[in-house]
Amino acid sequence: MKSRKPSIPYIIWMVIFTMIPIVMIGFTAFTDSQGNFSLEAFSKAFFYTDVFIHSLWIALLSTAICLLLAYPLAYLITRMKKSSQNTVIMLLMIPMWMNFLLRIYAWVTLLQDNGPIDLALSLLGIHGTYIGNSAAVVLGMVYEYLPFMVLPIYTVMSKIDYSLIEAAQDLGSNNLAVFGKVVAPLSVPGIISGVTMVFVPSASTFLVAQYLGGTDDIMIGDVIDKIFWTDQNTGSAISLILMVFIFVFLIIMNLFGDEEAIA
Amino acid sequence: MKRIISIILAVVMTAMCLVCFSGCGKSYVGEVNVYNWGEYIANGEDGLMDVIDEFEKSTNIKVNYTTYETNEQLYNMLKNSNASYDVIIPSDYMISKLIKEDMLLELNYDNIPNYQNIMERFKHLACDPESKYTVAYSWGVTAMVYDKTKLDKKPTSWEALWDKNLSGDILMFNNSRDAMAIAMQLCGIDPSNCTKEDIDIAAKKLSEQKPLLKMYVMDQVFNQMEKSQAAISPYYAGDVMVMMENNEDLDYAMPVDGANLFYDAMCIPKCSKNKENAEKFINFMQEPKIAAANFEYLLYATPNQKTFDEYLDDDIKNNELIFPSEEYLDKCYVFSDIPDDVYSHMQEQFVNIQAK
Amino acid sequence: MKKKTGICSKIYIALMMFFLYVPIAVLIFFSFNEGKTTVWKGFSLKWYEELFKDDNIMNALGNTLIIAILASLFATILGTAAAIGINNFKGKKRLVIQNVSNIPIISPDIVLGVSLMLLFTAVGVMFNFEMGFITVLLSHICFCVPFVVLNVMPRIKRMDQSVYDAALDLGCNQWQAFTKVVIHELMPGIFSGLLMSFTYSLDDFIITYFTRGTKFQNLSIEIYSMTHRRISPKINALSALLFLAVLIIMIAINLHDRHDEKQSLQKT
Repeated sequence: MKSRKPSIPYIIWMVIFTMIPIVMIGFTAFTDSQGNFSLEAFSKAFFYTDVFIHSLWIALLSTAICLLLAYPLAYLITRMKKSSQNTVIMLLMIPMWMNFLLRIYAWVTLLQDNGPIDLALSLLGIHGTYIGNSAAVVLGMVYEYLPFMVLPIYTVMSKIDYSLIEAAQDLGSNNLAVFGKVVAPLSVPGIISGVTMVFVPSASTFLVAQYLGGTDDIMIGDVIDKIFWTDQNTGSAISLILMVFIFVFLIIMNLFGDEEAIA
Repeated sequence: MKRIISIILAVVMTAMCLVCFSGCGKSYVGEVNVYNWGEYIANGEDGLMDVIDEFEKSTNIKVNYTTYETNEQLYNMLKNSNASYDVIIPSDYMISKLIKEDMLLELNYDNIPNYQNIMERFKHLACDPESKYTVAYSWGVTAMVYDKTKLDKKPTSWEALWDKNLSGDILMFNNSRDAMAIAMQLCGIDPSNCTKEDIDIAAKKLSEQKPLLKMYVMDQVFNQMEKSQAAISPYYAGDVMVMMENNEDLDYAMPVDGANLFYDAMCIPKCSKNKENAEKFINFMQEPKIAAANFEYLLYATPNQKTFDEYLDDDIKNNELIFPSEEYLDKCYVFSDIPDDVYSHMQEQFVNIQAK
Repeated sequence: MKKKTGICSKIYIALMMFFLYVPIAVLIFFSFNEGKTTVWKGFSLKWYEELFKDDNIMNALGNTLIIAILASLFATILGTAAAIGINNFKGKKRLVIQNVSNIPIISPDIVLGVSLMLLFTAVGVMFNFEMGFITVLLSHICFCVPFVVLNVMPRIKRMDQSVYDAALDLGCNQWQAFTKVVIHELMPGIFSGLLMSFTYSLDDFIITYFTRGTKFQNLSIEIYSMTHRRISPKINALSALLFLAVLIIMIAINLHDRHDEKQSLQKT
């Protein structure tokens, strides 16, 4: 139990499958198609600055909404009976077992003009278009990644010692105070890993915006997919920049958290 | 905990058994690896033949069938990875590129007797003028599909996609090559072979169109048009036909000065290890009966003259959308291979239009 | 323990479940459609029939399941061992290892996919090997292991070292002590790591898309390539069946839990 040996296979694994691929992306990004050193790929990559900004903005919005929805949900789940907790958690996971493209397709059906949502809302006298705009993209992202936000927050919250809460109550705190003084601070690590797990994929995914978005909604993931097959160098350069952006974001966020969180 | 795992395992095992039942228990004399577009072969649906199954039965050769999404992906896979493939079905301009880079094997047409069934026009493809590498699989033109309830009269030009009266109801290709081609045609540029300057002009034209658009679409077009969500869209002839079958309000319109004529053809890449089987497969696909099944499934025009003569109804034969007249086809242009830097410039510009 | 859920919170949970399951309901609904589109043409089971006749989809399903099982198992073994080992590193070294280990989680799927593809193509050209099943499996293990490490690590930290020593004193050899005591203690962490790995592997599209080469096809790739024309309702039928299977598993687990709970109540 005191030996470091069991981790050796994984350390070797990390070198081969984590370190080397990153070096290769860097190498490809800094060369041209002939393999000579060149910064051309980066100059081309900066051509897509607008797309970068748009993607990060969409991702930020999606993450914020996910957090707003997930936090109370996670809290409420921890207040349930243990067996019901498991059921609800499983219920959260099941939609993720359905193919993600199909889920997007389902949203297209739901949101389209004269679709179920449109019909229901026009009964209430509200008319509008619900697809083909950035809001629909955000909705799609929230739907895809909501469970990634709930699970880590729930995990952390469910570990909070119940006696702490009782102690706070005994000391005269009302429910709100208990929540603010005890539960919220202790759930920060969960929030941080939840934000990571939602922000990263929603900044980088492709296809979601193509199906739900309007003419302005093109995400950086779509660009990488389009560019990479014809121009690996530029594709790699964009990937590298995206990765740096995300790392910077995570480092900033971690300044607010502690070492328990991811990264 | 153990019980949970065992339940999960049990379900998974059952699923795997089901999977195995459909594939195990046959012995084959060889194999052929086929790399095709998705949903691009009759697969037994709608009472049609399952073409791959039929081939396996009649030749006892196992088909490993996988699919790809874009020509560029196919190219990248063949070029950079060590993949070995036997039959691929790329489009016109990609075939030129593959030939230029010496990535295809010459076919032995003696092993492909059904080649004689191919229509003359598709025997000497622009990308393969000496007919050494290809056997055409399917072809078609781009056209417009529009909603009769939303347009007063049948459009005659791509200009209809720039119609301000239809603002917010127009769809456009989400594919740089097809979208740019339409814009170029309207600007009087030959889309088959373009320069960076041409692309800039076309990009300007497309950015004028953007405020009028509802969406850039590829397969989303089916849902949009079939459910009457949009008024007009350009798309591929065979698919326009499918949409019309599903929504009576739809009709097609062909631009009078021609459109893009595209074709996909079967080729054998250099990396092939089963050339003979590959040729058998190609030959089989051009059996009149098989080509007819594929045609009915795809609704993309078949280049097979015998199929056309013997298997098709007069209705479809005279359908000028699927089988346009010779005169019309002469007005159409075919994409040729453009240099890499021009192509990436085109993609950049197209992304830029969307991002702005 | 007093745990109560008020009516408001019940409504909130119900609303969220509604949000999560409406699209699934739509999916399943259209698997019973006679037509091939999302225009309702009448009830029919024909897509279920077609589904089982489609070798390609069945093959893809098989591949998806095999990859998910193998990847999550390998990842669990590798990750658990790694977590035990890493726990014995101290200070800077440990920090570095943990951070590198987290890279696959925090780097976007598309970047991971692209980077692994570059690796595999380079190695492939060097050693004359082809991307396919193996490369997809390796990539899936890659993004699964960190989840296992993350899930097992906190358990190890909390575990009492003396339990292991006690087992040794009571005459277990090291291996027995390890399997009987340590693994038992870590089981919940290992299990949630396994479940997460399995889920991620099942759901993955982007990484498979870049590392699959040409001869390997799983379900998400099959579905994506259908978008070249349109997605067949057979896929809806398949999803409905998968959903049913998962639901059955879940109900079984739930009943099992309730049973356990009752038993433990009776004991006390």
